[in-house]
Amino acid sequence: MTAHGPFSPRDWAAHPPYVYPGYKSTGLRGPTQPLIPLKQTLSELTGPVFGAESVGPLDHDLTKNARVNGEPLGERIVVGGRVLDEDGTPVPNTLIEVWQANAAGRYIHKNDQHDAPLDPNFRGSGRCVTDADGWYRFYSIKPGAYPWGNHPNAWRPNHIHFSLFGPAFATRLVTQMYFPGDPLLDLDPIYLGAGEGARELLISNFDLDLTEEGFALGYRFDILLRGRDATPSQE
Amino acid sequence: MGYKQSPSQTVGPYFAYALTPEQYGYDFKAITGNQLADETVEGERIRILGRVLDGAGSPVDDAMVEIWQADAQGRYAHPADPRGSNLAFRGFGRHGTGTDPELRFIFDTVKPGAVEGQAPHITMCVMARGMLSHAFTRIYFSDETEANATDPVLATVPQDRRATLIARREDTQAGIVYRFDVHLQGDDETVFFDL
Repeated sequence: MTAHGPFSPRDWAAHPPYVYPGYKSTGLRGPTQPLIPLKQTLSELTGPVFGAESVGPLDHDLTKNARVNGEPLGERIVVGGRVLDEDGTPVPNTLIEVWQANAAGRYIHKNDQHDAPLDPNFRGSGRCVTDADGWYRFYSIKPGAYPWGNHPNAWRPNHIHFSLFGPAFATRLVTQMYFPGDPLLDLDPIYLGAGEGARELLISNFDLDLTEEGFALGYRFDILLRGRDATPSQE
Repeated sequence: MGYKQSPSQTVGPYFAYALTPEQYGYDFKAITGNQLADETVEGERIRILGRVLDGAGSPVDDAMVEIWQADAQGRYAHPADPRGSNLAFRGFGRHGTGTDPELRFIFDTVKPGAVEGQAPHITMCVMARGMLSHAFTRIYFSDETEANATDPVLATVPQDRRATLIARREDTQAGIVYRFDVHLQGDDETVFFDL
């Protein structure tokens, strides 16, 4: 039983379990005790408010926001879509933070030791805010795949990390966006950890309407946050 | 299948240059950090610190911890708080465990006031490589014995696990410090909430 409300409960058939054997690091890091249901109070129904004032002029353009002496290498992309709640209501004015590897599959993070080149003109992090109708858009470079130590010959599919707040702390979501047709998806325990029928929501769609002629390929990625419970019954 | 929530995915090991860039020395302006209250904010100054420990008891060096709290009057800086927001105090902080020599998260803030008949508390969200979904918990305060005894949320927690939610007060020369270690697993596994 979940003592949720007014926000609908987190759908644990969609979200991955804390301990997922295919993803080794979850073995010692995933909580094992059942979660304690909490009836939402003002503490959960409120949350940090980050709007347009928290985004700098180039934050939404990862192809420009870290240039030193030229353009970053790789395939330019534009990623856009809507943030909605699970009932289809747009989530306006909400912050989206993104980060990713460069076109060669290398993160700028100091701990990334993968033997692939850094790009002096690409950091790979940015942010944007949804508009009044929940739409967002940012520019970047298509991230490369990279190996990781989870199992022999393990490679992460191309992906972009997303962090969102939504209207309250209860709606917090950190997730990843994938690309259509990636053969690594069916081998990736992080992707496969999410429920069947739900994880497909994490695959973006190539979108010719979003594609900018002569400039960048468009990928549509909608993000669905928790919604509000229907009006409580009087039973 | 009709699932309608985008599933969570791990924050991974490389969040710092996007989510906590200034703390880790990346050239990108941070939207938040671990200093929640400037000198204009009223309230009792406190420091909250702790480690995130895995099932082997080892401190996690690539976790990210967020906190959300009311101000000293128990008001949230959010439109849903009918008492109006305190504009000088946002009430949100974020800190990674990878820069402190002891791998602690550290927050300097003010002690929150009571909210809606609850004991003073702070909501915490824990993320890390190896966590496919974030985990919510609450920080209560060891010097609020009376309020804790009647807190409706603590009352739903089995008695023998409540101590995992109580930050321990230490009065140091530098000020009031509350220690709150997060145990992801083990005999002292922290209580996490489905909220």
